[in-house]
Amino acid sequence: MSTVHLQHEHNRETCRQYLESLGDYVEGTLAAELCREIEAHMAVCDNCRIVVNTLAKTITLYRQMPSPELPNAVRERLFAVLDLAPYYRPGPESEDEPDSVT
Amino acid sequence: MSHQDDSDLVARLKAGDQAAYAQLVNDHAARIYRLALRMMGNETDAEDVLQETFLSAFKSIDNFEERASLSTWLYRIATNAALMRLRRKEPELVSVEEPVERDDGDLLPRQFFDFCCLPEEDFLRAEARAEMLRAIDELPATLRSVFILRDVEGLSTEETAAALDLSISAVKSRLMRARLKLRERLATYFSQGPVIPETRQ
Repeated sequence: MSTVHLQHEHNRETCRQYLESLGDYVEGTLAAELCREIEAHMAVCDNCRIVVNTLAKTITLYRQMPSPELPNAVRERLFAVLDLAPYYRPGPESEDEPDSVT
Repeated sequence: MSHQDDSDLVARLKAGDQAAYAQLVNDHAARIYRLALRMMGNETDAEDVLQETFLSAFKSIDNFEERASLSTWLYRIATNAALMRLRRKEPELVSVEEPVERDDGDLLPRQFFDFCCLPEEDFLRAEARAEMLRAIDELPATLRSVFILRDVEGLSTEETAAALDLSISAVKSRLMRARLKLRERLATYFSQGPVIPETRQ
């Protein structure tokens, strides 16, 4: 059995152990000592490095996703249903097109 | 918004002040609609959840204890309304219990395509955006609610725990599972290269 194979098996188990801490790691809330361990592991494990980077990228992409507006027609019907029709004022709607991707 | 800022409004709401009700709606409707739309995945159900949330909030304002902010309280009512509706529509997909995924084999990353360095326009394509939304829709509802509150709406772990009546550790573990599933899905999607609009029907 080659040492390369052993090393690979070892890494899979290590990767699995680190998986749970990655959330705190990408948020920057993981204890410094564990951070150093993960960083040392990433230096020798390409897969984990890619997972951490793409995990952070995934979070960023969702945080940057444009928010759908509340359409004025929906707002108006809401006020009506709540018996608050006299208080309805159109909101600052930037466009009339509904969010077409949902 | 801090609890102190809420207390004057809460007093007026409890006194039945119509203008206070209108203010509550004006302050929170857009956020609740966004949450409902992301939870439900379509505008009709999102509008129903929005209306149900405020009807239910008005009915139970007397029971509101200012341990949480009004905003967290409304998120909680809205998430419950959305989960209830999803459970009726797709009972097999929405378990009340913690999903049975003790073995994280399901979560172990399998796709190692490094999409971090793709050109920015790849992420801005309508097709990529639609895929991101589909990926949220396909998360189990219990993971979806945590992900939306934390990563889309930007609530803290503590606020999310309060809104969903979960422990901090349950929020963290569900959030991690949601993020890993989304990462896996996006890595698979982006590894296939951009879809050229002309080739689509």
